[in-house]
Amino acid sequence: MSRKALMVGVAGLVVAAGAGAFFAFTPHKAAPVGEAGKAVTRRLTNDQYANVIAEVFGPSIELSGRLEPDTRANNLIEVGAGQVSVSSDGMAQYEMMARGIASQVVSERTRDEMLPCKPKAPKEADAACADQFLTRVGSLLFRRPLTAEEQKHYVTAAGESATTLKDFYAGVSLSLGAMLASPQFLFRHERVEADPDVKGEFRIDAYSKASRLSFFLWNSIPDDTLLAAAKSGELHTARGLNRQVARMLASPRLENGVRAFFADMFGFDALPTLAKDTTLYPSFDNVTVRDAEEQTLRTIADVLVSKQGDYRDIFTTRQTFLTQTLASIYNVELVNDAPNGGADMWLPYEFSENSGRGGVLTHLSFLALHSHPGRSSPTLRGKALREVMLCQKVPAPPAAVDFALVEDTSNPLFKTARQRLEAHRTNPVCAGCHKITDPVGLALETFDGDGSHRDTENGAQIDTNGELDGIKFSDAAGVGRAVHDNPAALSCVADRLVAYGLGRMPVESEAAWREGLKQSFAAAQYKFVELMSKIATSPEFYRAAPPAPTSTAALSAPNQSGQTEVVR
Amino acid sequence: MTNYSRRRVLKGTLAGAAVTVGLPLLDCQLNGNGDALASGDALPVAFGNWYQGLGLNPGMWIPKKVGAGFENNIQLKVLDPYRSKMNIFSGMRYFLDGRPHETHTSTVEIAMTGAVFASIDKIGPSLDHKIADVIGNRTRFRSINTSLDGSRRSLSRRSGTASSPAEPVPANLYKQLFGPEFQDPNAAEFSPDPSVMARRSVLSHVTDQRKSLMAELDTSDRTRLDEYFTAIREIEQQLDLQMQKPVAMPACSKPSEMTDTQVGSLVSDVQKNAKLLARLTAHALACGQTRIFNVTTGSQGWRFEGNPRGWHVTTHEESLDPVLGYQKTVFKFLTAANETFADFIGALDGFKEGSGTLLDRTLVLWQTDHGDARTHTIEDIPIMTLGGAGGRIKTGMHVRSAGEPCCRVGLTVQQALGVPISAWGDRSNQTSRTVTEIMGNV
Repeated sequence: MSRKALMVGVAGLVVAAGAGAFFAFTPHKAAPVGEAGKAVTRRLTNDQYANVIAEVFGPSIELSGRLEPDTRANNLIEVGAGQVSVSSDGMAQYEMMARGIASQVVSERTRDEMLPCKPKAPKEADAACADQFLTRVGSLLFRRPLTAEEQKHYVTAAGESATTLKDFYAGVSLSLGAMLASPQFLFRHERVEADPDVKGEFRIDAYSKASRLSFFLWNSIPDDTLLAAAKSGELHTARGLNRQVARMLASPRLENGVRAFFADMFGFDALPTLAKDTTLYPSFDNVTVRDAEEQTLRTIADVLVSKQGDYRDIFTTRQTFLTQTLASIYNVELVNDAPNGGADMWLPYEFSENSGRGGVLTHLSFLALHSHPGRSSPTLRGKALREVMLCQKVPAPPAAVDFALVEDTSNPLFKTARQRLEAHRTNPVCAGCHKITDPVGLALETFDGDGSHRDTENGAQIDTNGELDGIKFSDAAGVGRAVHDNPAALSCVADRLVAYGLGRMPVESEAAWREGLKQSFAAAQYKFVELMSKIATSPEFYRAAPPAPTSTAALSAPNQSGQTEVVR
Repeated sequence: MTNYSRRRVLKGTLAGAAVTVGLPLLDCQLNGNGDALASGDALPVAFGNWYQGLGLNPGMWIPKKVGAGFENNIQLKVLDPYRSKMNIFSGMRYFLDGRPHETHTSTVEIAMTGAVFASIDKIGPSLDHKIADVIGNRTRFRSINTSLDGSRRSLSRRSGTASSPAEPVPANLYKQLFGPEFQDPNAAEFSPDPSVMARRSVLSHVTDQRKSLMAELDTSDRTRLDEYFTAIREIEQQLDLQMQKPVAMPACSKPSEMTDTQVGSLVSDVQKNAKLLARLTAHALACGQTRIFNVTTGSQGWRFEGNPRGWHVTTHEESLDPVLGYQKTVFKFLTAANETFADFIGALDGFKEGSGTLLDRTLVLWQTDHGDARTHTIEDIPIMTLGGAGGRIKTGMHVRSAGEPCCRVGLTVQQALGVPISAWGDRSNQTSRTVTEIMGNV
């Protein structure tokens, strides 16, 4: 069936699953002008690695060791993942982790549950049983069926090692370990093919599409239904794509995807190593940090996924979830009124109107992350707000500046950060940037470096008047309202989400598409899930630059001395 | 081209089990130079890379006397026990060539790679990698990377897209180095572990797919996949080594097991963990497990208990003491950092090997980002080396330079360790002038 015929068939179709009219398929008439962006090969992020292992083998598998740290590029780890490779030491860690996982999978305790078959003799190779297991697991790990070559390699490897070690399971374990250390697993390579529906255009192939979708919406691998839709060609039809996206958005796994995006956008990977001075902030410890991240992600998931709400509301909502640990820093009373106390340590909580708290900018995760170990920082907070929430770039301070006089907190003339920064701004070199960061950050000064509330600093009353792009406010909650009403925040999240999905910065030819997405976002009252849906159902999302021509020179392998030898 | 694969060779010998394994000679076993290990006399050279941001106190580290027989200035007195084994370089600088001064970043890049690069795909290897390519391929670990502040990032990188993780936890490093897979190089009996052979064989199934994978990729992705396969190849080489009887290392001994410690950026924790990591590094070198180590201090985040500011923030915000003329807390941080370094060097120098010490056959390069951290100066950068690299470096010298690139030291260190280069650094940082005063018998 031609694409045109299909489009006629589905024009105006509204897909179910509560997604609303936003899903209406708009026929895509002409190919976009300009060169398509590259389909990016991404290395699995640490979180994705853990998600995939839990999904394929169950949550009881322990990941011991450390993976190569994720890299952030253009403000996103997901974009950094499209640029990194792996270092020697990092690979040694991946390989060690892979063996650890594989040996747990085939351990005596779990093997009967994990393997679909038993070997004819446990001390010998059994190609049929190994094949059955490795082919199935391989298709999950590689997010597509194994090629005949791959299948042969892994089954042979299992057989050879089983014979050497006189143990079928040891053989399977080693082969599975190799699979988990292979580039096909660690890198999400996207295959590009000619688009039969648009002459001269290219797109990523069906399995790559399934993978792109599942990592975008779920932050994990495709499920069987999605893989089947890739296999049957359904994903390449507009109707099929819409159906799958609607199904995925209705899945409880959507929450994982939304959380992963915001953890990336908000830079939460820096939280685990966030250290506060325990003498000054005695209640701030590792548990606080873990809970602070969870609080914000739970709040976001509640507003955007459970309530299918407006993105802007995350900056103003006073509703959140707290644990007793967090309640003690927020200095609020958290009553567990569930029968018998309830098992869940997370309780819904609503900050009072006069608390000054409202929205994620007044959460510990933002306030403490963008502070110094021992005190708050209006400049760091203002900078983060502009860079993270509004996608603006604040230049780094000039190299040769002496901060000593104006940053001396023991100076009786400069008791508050406002006074100190005021003095700082008399230097014209500094004034330019501090003018754009400080007025925002100063309104958050009633929150100390650990995020707890305070009214005074060094005995002086804190003045929380501030301003963001012409909107004036007099307290912390006002900052959230100003971001809520700032068009840059909406444009920012849409652009970040596109870059997150593509794994790269958008190219010129994608400008019109992005503009259209922003208009649709507005038309959908800024419902975040509908923005995800719109991106995931756009043909532009899957358009790709033509595959690189293969040259024989590129296929020869460099050896240690930098010369080349022909690959066997 | 002979049509055999290593896997096939291994497979053929596996049936014979624990006898001598005839492995094809690896490329890596041929390069490098001056390694007399096989004949049992000279012990191999080792290289350590110590990176500590935030400079030293201006005016308090440069020795008065230039040349041999210098006295340490006040801030480096703590290194006095090793004065005859150290060199100090003063007066050198970094060059930005009109590029923006990304403080604490641009100059780290120059120190580690010789250049400031514009983008992630244009970053060259850090000098420890260039050295490891020569001396790091014959050990179980190509290098060991540790951090002192709890961080998992190191400054060691093969390229911008492949940077090495660091291990901050001594107990974890212990397990990696001296866990069940450790083979005592001095054990009388050696029989290759069949599971190592099997692992080696299985990995070759991954590398055998290289060609078909490469065919699908464009140039930049091919480069990344190349890095992947280089890393896999190094694992294969390490497995090959584990199947050969290790060369005897007379001074090798296994350290006592380490329990979990509190890891973080508090100076007290940093110093405690640094001592443990130093001990493990010394044992690893003495047992031939590695010949390269990188220590990232993470000094910018170091904190004293009860002090609201970390070291980096303090350098910018603390007033100069009107009487003393320097920043008092910063001075305390520097003192702690220099003590930490001296302790580490002490662990190497305290490890006796024959008539010398482990430090004697090691070369440790100490580098930093700024001359005066308070104002981010890029002139008069302190640089030190400790250890004589088995006679390849002469020690006990203070080399004074009039604004030449810091890369001179990086060049000299690499040349002393056998890296075949005649120049190091990019644009104004580039130099082909070896510090000949300290060149020994290379």
